[in-house]
This record gives sequence, structure tokens and C-alpha cells, in this order.
Amino acid sequence: SPVPCRSASSLALILFRAFLTCPDACVFQMVQDPTQFDVLVMPNLYGDILSDLCAGLIGGLGVTPSGNIGANGVAIFESVHGTAPDIAGMDLANPTALLLSAVMMLRHMGLHDHADKIQTACFDTIRDKKVRLKSLLGGLQYFCSFKSKFQTMKAACL
Amino acid sequence: GKAVCCPRVRVLLVLLLRRSFKKFRAGITTQICASLLCRHAPPARYGGRHTVTLIPGDGIGPELAKHVCELFRFCCVPVDFEVVNVDSTKTSEDDINNAIMAIRRNGVALKGNIETNHNLPPSHKSRNSLLRTTLDLYASVMHSQSLPGVRTHHRNIDIITIRENTEGEYSSLEHESVPGVVECLKIITRTKSLRIADYAFRTAREKGRRRVTAIHKANIMSLGDGLFLECCKEVASGYPEITFNSMIVDNTTMQLVSRPQQFDVMVMPNLYGNVVSNVCAGLVGGPGLVPGANYGENYAVFETGTRNTGKSIANRNTANPTAMLLASCLLLDHLKLHGYASMIRKAILSTITDSQLHTADLGGKGSTSEMVQSIMDAIQSSGPRTQRH
Repeated sequence: SPVPCRSASSLALILFRAFLTCPDACVFQMVQDPTQFDVLVMPNLYGDILSDLCAGLIGGLGVTPSGNIGANGVAIFESVHGTAPDIAGMDLANPTALLLSAVMMLRHMGLHDHADKIQTACFDTIRDKKVRLKSLLGGLQYFCSFKSKFQTMKAACL
Repeated sequence: GKAVCCPRVRVLLVLLLRRSFKKFRAGITTQICASLLCRHAPPARYGGRHTVTLIPGDGIGPELAKHVCELFRFCCVPVDFEVVNVDSTKTSEDDINNAIMAIRRNGVALKGNIETNHNLPPSHKSRNSLLRTTLDLYASVMHSQSLPGVRTHHRNIDIITIRENTEGEYSSLEHESVPGVVECLKIITRTKSLRIADYAFRTAREKGRRRVTAIHKANIMSLGDGLFLECCKEVASGYPEITFNSMIVDNTTMQLVSRPQQFDVMVMPNLYGNVVSNVCAGLVGGPGLVPGANYGENYAVFETGTRNTGKSIANRNTANPTAMLLASCLLLDHLKLHGYASMIRKAILSTITDSQLHTADLGGKGSTSEMVQSIMDAIQSSGPRTQRH
């Protein structure tokens, strides 16, 4: 119902914009100019579709963190990519999604300093051309040496 | 006799009969669907001229409809429009019933989107949806193609989306048994799923396409979308030259924004079709560029692909006329006036390469009337079939 959303926005002085024809009007604007969006709230199915669309826009599920929040502060944070059994145990998996999910967890716990450090190190490492990410999207795998990435991140943290 | 009486043999016989009956039924059903159709009924034709229902709709619809009429007159297209206005503010269904009757009479229509007033009670149904379901316009087809002169992140996109138009989540069956708990019924039927799948494969075959992808969420809605998927697989078996695969809708949107060139023809139920076709429209440059068509057994209605009223830019002469004009070309093709359709389409595509004429949705400062004038100039310079003013 739009009423709780509207009353929440008036309390917090947050701009609330309802896409009455959501999700169709939302998706083509999302594809053309995703920067116009900030926080999106929606029911289950639309969320499933739109969250994967947004993940595709930023580089895929290999770099997308997520969390499931419940009542009384109960929360589970997880990466949403596949299990990739063909590269399991080979030091090839991209740790970004799970690491950023862990950063979300730290923020949820109020440990913002630690979260900021790890997030900055992670972003710097991705930007770092020495650690090459060979990526294919959508159910495909990121190939990267986890060990070398971890070492680079560790150095960035310290 | 004794062998048949044996319970094990009886069970085996029953299983064998069931399996062969299933195959027989599948074969018959596919054949029935193939013969049933999408036979387009011949449109009205008097004195060599066609009469087409024109529903201007709301927002930018009326001004774009005016430009279509102007362009057709300029090109001497043998089409007369019967204009039927539908007032979206009224709760009475008289207007939409008049429109439906006009389309039944003429067989074909060009339509702007009719605003759905959300302040009216839930019993007030969307006029657009009413039109589609009453006329059984079961296939919504949108062809999203990268256009020359339009800068987009991805190039070489050529996707046909075929969306089931009459059931699914748009069945308008909702109820609130307990206050604060609403149930909404999503209807998926075998008949309509087979019908849309058959339409998709026949379209792919006619247009020389290689792959059909069914979009679903059968991992969660295993009965509903599972049935849809099963029907698609059944129809696919009758088209061995076409590759069939399926993809879950959330993965589909992700794949579309990362590698859209992998898709060819996509077939899906109603809601996913809404989302996926809008994603495709966004990928090729936005709602101002992509035309749409709604086909039924006896009627066809053409409109912009993303079905927006464009209320915020109405009457400012800034709307992109491309989608509506390309929809009118689809209309001309449907009426077998291919010469006029190609001439107008060619002029539109040559105009769109000039970025000076791009309207605001493409990042330009051009106006609607300038674009339409440029299209008419291009047609004028291409030779006969135009009226000199």
C-alpha cells in the first residue's frame, strides 16, 4: 500500500516518487539512466527481477552483495551468485560479492570503521590493474586469483 | 485373457496407454493450434480504400495521431481513419465499447494509450486491458532493433518479444478475504499458452529467426509457469529447425543489460512480457522509438510498444513521433500496403540518423513537428506518391 511509504517519507523528509506503472515505466528508465534512482522498494517478484537487472548493470552477481533483514535485528547476508562447483577449491572464485556482503553485515552490526576499511580496500583492489578480473556475466564465472586479491586487499587495509 | 487379468500386466497396459494418449493429445493440440491460427481477417475495403479505427488516447496520443493523419494524407495512403475518442475520466464503459465495436467493424486500429485513472475504485478496469481481452488480441509483439544514428550502450540488438496479452497476472482477479490481506490470481491456461507459443514459433519461422527463448519463473511458480514452459516445449518439438531454450526472468533481465545480442525471439507470459519488452525498448533508445502490435485471430491493433501516455510532455511538441509512425507502418504492412510502409519507414530511418532532429528523449532539442516535416521532405525527394501542397 502506498500510504505507509508516503507517511514514512514525510516523517523523514525523503523524496518519495511512486512509479504508478511500475515496473514497466521503471525498467526502461533504469536501463537508460540508472543514476536517477536511489532506493527502490517493491513487492517480492518485482524485487527479484529488478535486483538482478541492477546487478547486471554494475557487473553481475559476482560483485553484488545482499542481505535479508528480519524482525528484531535478525539478518542473513549472502552473495547471490551460483555455487560454481567447476571452479571450487581452485583459488579462482571472485570473493567480491561475499566480501561486500560481509561489509553490509558489519554496517548492520554498527562496525562502520571496519566496514569502511574493507570496502575501500575492495574497491581499490578492483580498480588495481595488477589483479585482472576476467569476467563473463550471468551464471558464468569470474576468474581471478583469490590469494593475490586477498594479499592486495590486506596490504590496502594496513 | 489370463495375461490381461494379471495385475502387473494391467498396470503396464495402463501406463502404455497413458503415454501414447499424451503424445497423441500433444500432437493433435499442436496441429489444432497451427490450423486455428492467427489467420488475420481481411480488413474493410471500399473503393480500394481501407477504413481504420483511430483511438487518439491520452497524453501525447492525440498530437501523434494528428501527425499520422497528416503524413498519410501527404503520401496519399488509401486509408481513411474513423476516429473514436475514449474519455478516460468517465466510469461508464460506453466509450470503450464504441471503440471495440468500431474495431470489430473495421478489423484494424491504431491506438494511443488510454490513461488508467487510479483514483477510481478497483472495479474500474483498465480500458486498454478491456480492449485487448474483449477483442482477444492475444499476442503483443514488439520488435526492438538498434537504430542507426541513435547512440546506445549496446549495439546490434534485434529482439522480437512476444507477450501473451490476455491472461496471466492481468486477469484482474483480486480479492481481500481478510482486511489487509489481498490475494491476486495469476491465470495460466494450457490453451492460451499453446496458442502464444505457436504464434512465437510461426513468427520465428516466417521471419527466418533461429532461436526462441521462453521466459518464466517456473522454479518458484512450478504449476503456473511450469505449465507455460511445458506448452512451449511441446510446440518447439514441431519446429526442429528452430533452437528452443528457456531462461528464468530475473536472469533474463541481467543478461539483457549485459549481453542482449544473445536473444532472438522471446516468448513469455503477460507480466514478464511487460518488463522484458520495456527493458528491450530502453536498450535500443527508449519508448519513443519502438512500435508495438497486438494481434488476435480476427483483429489487429497497433500502438507504441511501451504503451505510455507521456502525460508530462503532452502538447509541448517535444514527443518523439518515431514509435507511433513506425506503428503506422506496421499497420500498412498488415493492410498489405507494403509500398507505402517501406517508403515511410525508409524516410523515418533516414531522419533519425540526423542527430540535429533528435527529440529530448534522445538527448536532442528537436521538436515533433520538425521531425515529421523532415520525414515528409525525405518522402518528397524520393519520388511519386506524394501530394504537392
